[in-house]
Amino acid sequence: MIALHLPALQVVLPLIAAPLCALFRRGLLAWAITLTASWLAFAAAIMLLLQVIDQGVVSYELGGWMAPIGIEYRVDLINAFVLLIISGVGAVIIPYAQKSIAARFGDAEQAWFYTMYLLALTGLLGVTITGDAFNIFVFLEISSLASYVMIAMGRDRRCLTAAYQYLIMGTVGATFIVIGIGLLWAMTGTLNLYDLAQRIPEIENTRPVLAALAFLTVGFSLKLALFPLHLWLPNAYAYAPSVTSAFLSGTATKVAIYLFLRFFYTVFGGGAFFESTPLPEILLILSLVAMFAASTVAVFQSNVKRMLAYSSVAQIGFITLGISYATETGLTGAMTHMFNHAIMKAGLFLLIGCVLFRLGSVKIEDMAGIGRKMPITMAGFVVLGLSLMGTPGTVGFISKWYLGLAAVEQGQWWLVALIVIASLVTMIYIGRVVEVAYFREPTAKVAQLKEAPAALLVPAFVLVGAAIYFGLDTSLSVGLAQNAASLLLNAVY
Amino acid sequence: MNPTDALIAALLIPVAGAALVALAGRWPNLRETITLVTAVVLFATVTRLVPGVIDGGRPAVMALDVAPGLDLAFRLEPLGMLFALIASFLWIINSIYSIGYMRANNEPRQTQFYVCFAVAIAATLGIAFSANLFTLFIFYEILTLTTYPLVAHHGDSEARNGGRTYLMILLGTSIVFFIPALLWTLSLAGTLDFVPGGVLGGAASPTVIVILLALFAFGIGKAALMPVHRWLPAAMVAPTPVSALLHAVAVVKAGVFTIVKVGVYTFGIDTLSAISGADWLLYLAGFTVIAASIIALRQDNLKRRLAYSTVSQLSYVILALAILTPISVAGAALHIAAHAFGKITLFFAAGSIYTAAHKTEISQLDGIGRVMPWTMGAFAIGALSMVGIPPTAGFVSKWFILTGAMDSQNLFAVAVIIVSTLLNAAYFMPIVYQAFFRKLPDNPGHSHGEAPFAIVLALSLTALGTVVLFFFHDTALTLARQLAGIS
Repeated sequence: MIALHLPALQVVLPLIAAPLCALFRRGLLAWAITLTASWLAFAAAIMLLLQVIDQGVVSYELGGWMAPIGIEYRVDLINAFVLLIISGVGAVIIPYAQKSIAARFGDAEQAWFYTMYLLALTGLLGVTITGDAFNIFVFLEISSLASYVMIAMGRDRRCLTAAYQYLIMGTVGATFIVIGIGLLWAMTGTLNLYDLAQRIPEIENTRPVLAALAFLTVGFSLKLALFPLHLWLPNAYAYAPSVTSAFLSGTATKVAIYLFLRFFYTVFGGGAFFESTPLPEILLILSLVAMFAASTVAVFQSNVKRMLAYSSVAQIGFITLGISYATETGLTGAMTHMFNHAIMKAGLFLLIGCVLFRLGSVKIEDMAGIGRKMPITMAGFVVLGLSLMGTPGTVGFISKWYLGLAAVEQGQWWLVALIVIASLVTMIYIGRVVEVAYFREPTAKVAQLKEAPAALLVPAFVLVGAAIYFGLDTSLSVGLAQNAASLLLNAVY
Repeated sequence: MNPTDALIAALLIPVAGAALVALAGRWPNLRETITLVTAVVLFATVTRLVPGVIDGGRPAVMALDVAPGLDLAFRLEPLGMLFALIASFLWIINSIYSIGYMRANNEPRQTQFYVCFAVAIAATLGIAFSANLFTLFIFYEILTLTTYPLVAHHGDSEARNGGRTYLMILLGTSIVFFIPALLWTLSLAGTLDFVPGGVLGGAASPTVIVILLALFAFGIGKAALMPVHRWLPAAMVAPTPVSALLHAVAVVKAGVFTIVKVGVYTFGIDTLSAISGADWLLYLAGFTVIAASIIALRQDNLKRRLAYSTVSQLSYVILALAILTPISVAGAALHIAAHAFGKITLFFAAGSIYTAAHKTEISQLDGIGRVMPWTMGAFAIGALSMVGIPPTAGFVSKWFILTGAMDSQNLFAVAVIIVSTLLNAAYFMPIVYQAFFRKLPDNPGHSHGEAPFAIVLALSLTALGTVVLFFFHDTALTLARQLAGIS
């Protein structure tokens, strides 16, 4: 019974939990509800993945309505993998959230925060699981609206302008997406992704379909923060509460990347179609610019959260670089990096959240000598930082290895060179923080600090552990990514 | 204990030691006892592996299959055996020395020092035992990262700058050159395993092999081939025990060890000698030998002179490999051992002078041999070994390298060895002369005697080892011959 309705439960669980939190208005109770919903969603994602591995595509008709009329939830290996990432990040973050959020908000605000988090989670899971184009738009708006609120709850008043900026840019993006979907609907008469995938190849060179593609490209690129449409991201991540930054960096952009892959590969006709468009070249160039420009900007940030935000833009560049190859190895690298980057960046934001929790600031110069006062926190930061650079034995190496391998397969040695040079820039901005944290004398303020509480450290270290574990045992991450890549390339749905 | 278990034990013992040292941080005596016991147990374990390897046993452990072509695996072969033996033996002596040095100089953060040291030794053994380039690379990076806190140990701006140069060059070269080299090797040969005879023969065109050789030679920054040698003088800001064991033995030897491994087991000596374009390595190594010696001649700071001498001596090993005859490859392996004993003695002496007399410059050393006869006596023996005068270990390895160069009528290599021998004498012998035959300055400013007993004991032992290795080098020679394929 449960197994049969898993796809619906995946989305409905957090959706029902959200109003419950709003109704009870008690911080701790809301947190307990959220924790239950998040873990159940994670369990549902795992069971769904097992089901997909076992029996192939899982199709679920919502409310019992047949597919073209009703909404179909359609889970294959590709979105099962993304569901796992999203719900996994959520499941790790919520135990952390209690202490972090309760430290700053009263009971009522806490409950609102959890409500918004649950809605964002619902939206992201919904976007990923649904097989209906309009439904994608609806869930995307749910998640976006909720995340605007989550950003606006930061401790700094600049979070308000950041949220507003994201609101405007996000809405522009969503509008582009809905126009694109509308054009596709006008040309094919269906909103079901499976049907779209059947009908589009016959008319894929007509002008409205190409226009739809252009609208979708811009819309998704905005949402996934592809350079130069990333401008909303740095401020949003820098001024949002740490829990929000960790959650969004691990999930929101990943979902947008998933949509990009789903439309361009699955719906429009796989690697062959993708290569017939000018997208590979455009994406390649933009990815490279993102990798270098954003990393370079990151080097000059004085706010560590903002630095990590720019680092996210650069890391997204690595992912889109893998997509631009349009080969199985390239897509494997891209999807593996979605998984790996979610672990690394969520972990880094949680750890820097520990610093914020104790120190009240994440300015680099304020963090002098903090490595001695918060040794565990900073040790975790070093490990994840090393992973971000691509040190072997960590997840970062695995992603970059596959991205490099994909470039070698195509004989593009200069790309390997650029990938390693971009990693060097990563080394510089991580190194700056590490040096200040360990080799400067603690300031008076730092000298009084205590290590962060275990309630914050344990969830962060689950991610640190994952960064090492999945760097050594890649059967889950790369294994799934590889199968998903082959499905994408051949437009199997 | 069968060889496979001993292999795993040897990797885990220093890690366990590091954990115990960390726990015992509050009780210095207990902490130092743990370090010493760990070092002794480790050496005993490594020693047990020797007879098996000499009889042709190659114990192997497959730990993890990370991704296709990337395995975490260990396999013991003659060169790794030799390297592990040297590193674990000198760790015991270095620990005795460290205790004397760190306490006498009231160094801060000693627990962190001993923990990082033990982990660095574990990484060194990981490098020595690795069965493929990927495993080697992981431990190579761990070694860089765990030695960085040791280099920047003092925490002042000089130490920070030194540490930054150290980290940037070693990590940077490994990311920029070493990783692409791994990628390329895997895509050409389909494997990163170390296989006798090499894996690239026939799999790549001569041009590709030449480029790949460059990627490896510069990617392995720890070998300090010019122009990527700058990290080594920078690392001299570290406390002397670090310079002695890590920057004369473990780290730098890990570099040349890796280059020899890559030359013998990835490219294959025959593959390299069939390609005329691979000569550049010989010339660059020769250039580094001479240029670093000339720079050493101009240094007044004792540790910096020793550092440039190390740069020069490391390139001896690369030069010996690049001569590409079996006898010179054996010489390369022997030189790893010989230089280790000689150079650690010299660094011990430098640290001893610093501890007792607070002197760091060569120009201050007039007559110091009369107050510190043990220290300067050991220094003289180390210096003789660097020059290659019998009865010291340096003679044996130089003899093999020279024989290899003569056999292959490689006049360039012969000339480099002769000129550099003269240069070695020119920058070491004046120090010995100054120390013993000049008068102490009239106003010494600070009267002192010998350094603490632990320091004197350690440097006497390594000086003795330098001489003993001249007479009893059977084990080292057998392993070196096995590596080179001479039966």
